[in-house]
Amino acid sequence: MSTFLGMPATAPRGVGHLRGDESFPEAARKALGNEQLRRNLAHATTTIRGKSGAVVAELPDWQELRSAGSALKAATMARLPELLEQLEANVTAAGGVVHWAADATEANRIVTGLVEATGHRRVIKVKSMATQEIGLNEALEAAGIAPVETDLAELIVQLGHDKPSHILVPAIHRNRTEIRDIFLREMPGVDPALTDDPATLAAAARRYLRETFLSTKVAVSGANFAVAETGTLAVLESEGNGRMCLTLPDTLITVMGIEKVVPTWRDLEVFLQLLPRASTGERMNPYTSMWTGVTPGDGPQEFHLVLLDNGRTAVLADEVGRQALHCIRCSACLNVCPVYERTGGHAYGSVYPGPIGAVLSPQLTGVADNASLPYASSLCGACFDACPVKIDIPSILVHLRNEAPHPRTERIAMAAAAYTMDRPALYARAQHAAKLSRHATRLPPPLNGWTASRDLPQPPPETFRDWWAAR
Amino acid sequence: MRIALFVTCLADTMFPAAAKATVTLLERLGHEVVFPPGQTCCGQMHINTGYQRDALPLIRRHVRTFAPYDVIVAPSGSCVGSVRHQHAMVARGAGDLSLAARAEDVAGRTYELSELLVDVLGVEDVGAYYPHRVTYHPTCHSLRMIRVGDKPLRLLRHVRGLELVELPAAEQCCGFGGTFALKNADTSAAMLGDKMRHVLETGAEVCTAGDASCLMHIGGGLSRLGSDVRTVHLAEILAASEA
Repeated sequence: MSTFLGMPATAPRGVGHLRGDESFPEAARKALGNEQLRRNLAHATTTIRGKSGAVVAELPDWQELRSAGSALKAATMARLPELLEQLEANVTAAGGVVHWAADATEANRIVTGLVEATGHRRVIKVKSMATQEIGLNEALEAAGIAPVETDLAELIVQLGHDKPSHILVPAIHRNRTEIRDIFLREMPGVDPALTDDPATLAAAARRYLRETFLSTKVAVSGANFAVAETGTLAVLESEGNGRMCLTLPDTLITVMGIEKVVPTWRDLEVFLQLLPRASTGERMNPYTSMWTGVTPGDGPQEFHLVLLDNGRTAVLADEVGRQALHCIRCSACLNVCPVYERTGGHAYGSVYPGPIGAVLSPQLTGVADNASLPYASSLCGACFDACPVKIDIPSILVHLRNEAPHPRTERIAMAAAAYTMDRPALYARAQHAAKLSRHATRLPPPLNGWTASRDLPQPPPETFRDWWAAR
Repeated sequence: MRIALFVTCLADTMFPAAAKATVTLLERLGHEVVFPPGQTCCGQMHINTGYQRDALPLIRRHVRTFAPYDVIVAPSGSCVGSVRHQHAMVARGAGDLSLAARAEDVAGRTYELSELLVDVLGVEDVGAYYPHRVTYHPTCHSLRMIRVGDKPLRLLRHVRGLELVELPAAEQCCGFGGTFALKNADTSAAMLGDKMRHVLETGAEVCTAGDASCLMHIGGGLSRLGSDVRTVHLAEILAASEA
């Protein structure tokens, strides 16, 4: 892909959470050493996998639904500018205000300005990947505004001064004892006799959040879908906290990645079947909230929609990679991924972990800024089979590996191997040379990763082609 | 039937027994096996590691070598997967549409061993005798890339003397993934650890699969553990006989 003036920009550095501090193999090594983390993850992903698998199997037309979801997304992406303008017109006609943000910096500035204009210093938040992506909480805090996460798991992560490690279950890496300790330390007004009983922990969070809902006038949400033909926004959640945020405050600000638009109301019938079954293993989503602009005397009286690019049009420009934008954030790929199951979400360094993160983050930032992520997969293909909108993640991984910067020594070795393999006589000589290393059971760096825990097979005395020639 | 053997570079160099067994088996079933000598490697390692440009001459070589044959077989789901799903893609990416078309043509005549036996030759009982307790690892690329389904199991169920035991969490990756095992050695080892635990739980004497690469990985791990469970390619079991 060559660049030219007007080429869409990738997400800027220094803001938001799309880049990790270390490479995937380094971060994964630390995670692998944490036995408790691995047990928590294996237990949680196995449970969700089983539940989702069972409800998916109930639908005789699941494969057709997947194909429909995939086709709808592809058709939407093919005319994204037009649909976004239609969405803007309809949101505006319904009394909302639409803002366009080229990147994280601009989106944070817009939202911060909107909150400051209300005169309030606290906002309640609906769980949102887009605001995590742009680091909105940090930007609000820097402006003296307190964001309060109202999704239970996001609240645990926020109070723990931690980072989310799963798209759907951000605190999947925490067990209940750790959660009790966080609540005791950080939650205002918590009962000091708090136990680690899940119901008691949930009750403590509920008591704290109810007070916050009733006394906060500004809410910030993301959006799962936006319907272009009606200007309707939709948020899907399981706890009801989202609905509180979307209905109680005076002002509602929604930050939405531009890929979340769907053309018509009817398109939702496909996604509202796909998302809950793939995601939480539920037949129907518990709380689906939809709103169109503002309604006098009912709900927020001021509504702002921030349309976020932050690298998305750059992804759209890539013929192979663009299908990563079809993602509906169900996290099914995380729950089936053997790499995610063992390393957890933090190893990916981005708010988007797991297989989808391994293809989305490097594209949003530019592959050079997340060069180890396309390699954070054994290409086993489980993610492709699980994806409710059929994103061919393995093919995008292979494509991005081809775009990634390669270490010099590897480049030389690969070129030499290809040169040899394209010359059968030379290749046969190299096969015989392999026999010279017959008793080398440990390899030198950088190949010693293999022999740290595996024995190398001994090359046989005779290659197949020798045997065939002598037959 | 005249069948061209695509031996794969790994089987040729490191695991010739799997390739020899493929020849023995097909000849026993009354077919003629030919070995096109210009073949080396399908380029999968280069493609999956991000070196499509380096893979291009290997794809050209592969397509040129196998174009004259009507039926091509490889004892590897992974290499057949690369031929079927990657060769034309890489050629198209390089702008060589003629190569892409020829690659698709060759791919359409290329089969993994269990596919050839069951779908093309219409045989499930290959007349094998293998008196051992065996567990089968389906390998990711056989399972999800070329979708061989239960064909290997159907073949194994007809082997006399063989006791087939189910592998727990069989569909989970063993952690090999080509250069993944080098680039993410720790994660790969963790995945292998679970795979070996499941293999050992079955009490099998032999772990089999349709890919020498995954068996090399699992076998390397078992050897390090000092386990006496052996890894044996599916072709070797199917080629084994009483005589």
